Amino acid sequence: MGHGTGQESTHEHHIIPFATYLKVFISLLVLTVITVAAARVDFGALNAVVAFAIASVKAGLVLAIFMHLKYDDKLNRVIIGSSVFFLIILWIFCILDIFTRVGQSSTL
Amino acid sequence: MSTAKTGSGYHHAHHYDSAEHEYVSSKQGVWLFLCTEILMFGGLFVGYAIFHHIYPEIFKVGSKFTDWRLGAANTVVLLGSSFTMALGIYYSQKKEQSKAVAMLAITILCGAIFMGIKYIEYSHKIHLGLLPGSWYTADPASLVKYVGDMEIPSNLPMYFSFYYMMTGIHGIHVLVGMGLIAWVMIRAMKGEFGPHYYTPVEGVGLFWHLVDLVWIYLFPLLYLVS
Repeated sequence: MGHGTGQESTHEHHIIPFATYLKVFISLLVLTVITVAAARVDFGALNAVVAFAIASVKAGLVLAIFMHLKYDDKLNRVIIGSSVFFLIILWIFCILDIFTRVGQSSTL
Repeated sequence: MSTAKTGSGYHHAHHYDSAEHEYVSSKQGVWLFLCTEILMFGGLFVGYAIFHHIYPEIFKVGSKFTDWRLGAANTVVLLGSSFTMALGIYYSQKKEQSKAVAMLAITILCGAIFMGIKYIEYSHKIHLGLLPGSWYTADPASLVKYVGDMEIPSNLPMYFSFYYMMTGIHGIHVLVGMGLIAWVMIRAMKGEFGPHYYTPVEGVGLFWHLVDLVWIYLFPLLYLVS
């Protein structure tokens, strides 16, 4: 879409059809049921990973369709991607610190 | 104001090249704001991950006091509100004013239901004395029916620090979102939006969907951890 220079104000935005919104909503409800069902199954150490993965599928649907990223300016994807990127950096370095401490006897 | 409306057309602010330029720039601004929101909530999530790793038992016991049915109900309410918010934008784009207003009204109603359920949950915990940090006053004997023979860890109040901080900040976002939706709903009633100008509905919608996104992660973390 560029920066709008030369774009006329009559430019039509992509309107996502009603049926698509409805399908996404139903998918989100189904995924919520799956989230609850998955919590009743013990995946051992993968419990949190499974819950996080299902939540991320739901988040992806909301971002792509409800938040229009699928049809949006690519720059907005870069913006949101950058925040996720820095969050992952924060996450990784904290996890590296906590998981590699040896012989800790914390009194926190 | 440097903007003006004439008939069906929309006159963009003078410092933009065109209405499209204004729309794209405004939306980018909202996305940048959403980045700061993600990083703020993200810090809390990282803190949760760290303490969940160090003290898994407090999260195991703490989640016994959250009712997954209420959490699931709130998840459905919030997903529904995101759906109606998206439709509010959809009908604004199509200049179906009364439908857009109705969808925005339902969205506000869903926000209110969400806060109502939160009120029930909070008052239940406050009644038991399950408060964060040094405000924690719960009598262990009154907790037996929730935790059974599980031992109450001495640092259980930390679970409630996470619980109230994460759901509290999220709840404030729901209230702010409801206010913002009321604002665009009033403007929609005045017939200010149509295919050529619906930027405020879109921006407020993005904010509301982010509030939904945060809850999508909070629900399994606080209600379903075992």
